[in-house]
Amino acid sequence: MTIKELSKEEYLLKGHAACAGCGPSIALRLLFKALGNNVILVVPACCTTVIQGTYPYTSFAVPLQNILFESTAAAASGIVAALRQRKLEGTTVVGWAGDGGTVDIGIQALSGAAERKTDFIYICYDNEAYGNTGMQRSGATPYGAWTTTTPSGKRERKKDMPLIMAAHRILYVATACPSFPIDFVNKLRKAKDIEGTKYIHILTPCPTGWRYDTSKTVELGRLAVQTGLWALYEIEYGKFKLNPPSDRLVDEAKRKPIKEYLTLQGRFRNLTEEDIGQIQKWVDEDWERYRKLTSNSTSDSTLYGKT
Amino acid sequence: MAQMIIDTANHITGYAARAARVKVVAAYPITPQTTIVEKIAEFAESGKMDVEYIRVESEHSAMVACIGAAAAGARAFTATSAHGLALMHEALHWASGSRLPIVMAVVNRAMGAPWSIWSDFSDSLSQRDTGWMQFYCADNQEVFDTVIQAYRLCEDGQVFLPAMVCLEGFILSHTYMPVKIPDQDKIDGFLPSYKSGWILDVNRPVSHANLVSPEWYMEFRYMIQSAMENAKRIIPEIDREYGKIFGFEYGGLIEKYKCEDADLILLTMGTMGSDAKIAVDQLRKEGLKVGSARVRVFRPFPVEQIRKLSEQAQMLATIDRHISFGMEGFLATETKASIFSLKDPPLVAGFIAGLGGRDVTSKTIEEIAKKSIKWMRLGRVEKETEWIDLRE
Repeated sequence: MTIKELSKEEYLLKGHAACAGCGPSIALRLLFKALGNNVILVVPACCTTVIQGTYPYTSFAVPLQNILFESTAAAASGIVAALRQRKLEGTTVVGWAGDGGTVDIGIQALSGAAERKTDFIYICYDNEAYGNTGMQRSGATPYGAWTTTTPSGKRERKKDMPLIMAAHRILYVATACPSFPIDFVNKLRKAKDIEGTKYIHILTPCPTGWRYDTSKTVELGRLAVQTGLWALYEIEYGKFKLNPPSDRLVDEAKRKPIKEYLTLQGRFRNLTEEDIGQIQKWVDEDWERYRKLTSNSTSDSTLYGKT
Repeated sequence: MAQMIIDTANHITGYAARAARVKVVAAYPITPQTTIVEKIAEFAESGKMDVEYIRVESEHSAMVACIGAAAAGARAFTATSAHGLALMHEALHWASGSRLPIVMAVVNRAMGAPWSIWSDFSDSLSQRDTGWMQFYCADNQEVFDTVIQAYRLCEDGQVFLPAMVCLEGFILSHTYMPVKIPDQDKIDGFLPSYKSGWILDVNRPVSHANLVSPEWYMEFRYMIQSAMENAKRIIPEIDREYGKIFGFEYGGLIEKYKCEDADLILLTMGTMGSDAKIAVDQLRKEGLKVGSARVRVFRPFPVEQIRKLSEQAQMLATIDRHISFGMEGFLATETKASIFSLKDPPLVAGFIAGLGGRDVTSKTIEEIAKKSIKWMRLGRVEKETEWIDLRE
């Protein structure tokens, strides 16, 4: 598939209230191009609360249920159950939540829904901080990043949420980034056809919070992947697989130095050379893990029974 | 054929959810609610109830899943107690603000710390301002009937609000009583299929509960207040209609007993209302003109009914299984507020009794009545709030 073959339909309408250069809004547009409009979207408190616009307007051409911060997956569970009772299983239920609403306050409801094999797609759009409230630290904020609550830089590492979700033995876990739109769209389409909980974690650059020029959102996403800081992969029925272009980056020499990614962003301004060296070391360790996962991973159909 | 069964109020609640043709149940176990969700699980797994049963990981998720289900067009039910209800608090606001007709059984239990599993209204009364209607039941039959009535009320186009059906932990929840379960087709006639004010519909894409500016927020609040006022009118209508069809009627918002000529009226909620009737009969034998009025619906509060009682009575005595720390029991507060604007209001004495499951017998209520009568004859209340059976 090429970008030209994407649906021409737009279900994220003009006039939405996202910031200039908003990464999540690019991902939203792609989401509907991949899934169409037989979709019910569940949105907790997050940037999309703002993006959709204020009553009585909306920028979404699909039904949208706004719900409490920590409860996206719980609301989706109720909707999925009601649709099943009404024999409307053809409708895809999508939870669309930010990183704070996913890896922090919403992790309990998400874990519960995944353990119950709730039939829905959960997407965490990760801008690595509480963006809607003005960039406070979240569990997904990376080491060293400035936020308003870590003014001298966060001292802890980012939580590895996709692998936490994989530990739930759900049938499909994937990472993506809207800078690689076809990869994201393919993953959404694949997720749509799998019954059970599907988790897609997308890195969505945020010029407002990451402190870079609004024209560089796509470039930042590309660099995150090319440096290996964000790997594109999927775990389908337990089988781990790197996707292009990440599959070519197992060889350390093919990865760009992470410094190229970090120095473009004001939020990493306070990093020392030592910090950057440490982050590079962690990235390399992650890749050693991905390499092992790629070579050792086989789908276990008894463990991942297709129901 | 109507069926007589003998079972606990919790099991009866399960029967009621089934009779109401609930389509989605999302619930989490907590003492003393557990046997409700166990009964429904038994119905669901044996094919006796056509329901999606979501065994959620918390009460917060239970309420939110009910919100999702009701929004997506299914009749939803849950049940909880005490700390579970408190954990739901935020979601209770979301349910009523979304105008979703969810019904929840609350098996009343005291709030900790310290831990207590016994009856107390402080769990549900703490949720007074969440926009939920609140019913309090006096026996197992009323529990069944109120669940059915509550759905009919919540799904009324002039209401569209959620409701709690409260029953006291252990006093009712685990107590066996005979209950008449009416014919299903008669229940279906009384309670048609699910109706809500809106629905998540892919053919009519709307964003629900998105950000509302100060230009609109107050209007949404006023609409909830109006719906509560409508419910005050509709609850007695539904109760009367239910009574005609099924033979059980509860006085609408307030169940009165021998109030017509009473000088003193005892105001209670829940099972204390039954004990109050026994106390009234005993006191009447002693020549004391006492009546009982059991507040069956706490939200919307029966202001007009209490004013009406005040035309006759010289004194009202409220008995609260609840305390709002730093003030008094809510039943006392709401009663006083209801009659404040009357030209010649009766005296009101507030009694706190039965917290954390301490037994309140008809004898206790007789003592409360006698103390009240003493004050009534004095023409003044000597103690604004009296704690009953308190250890020295």
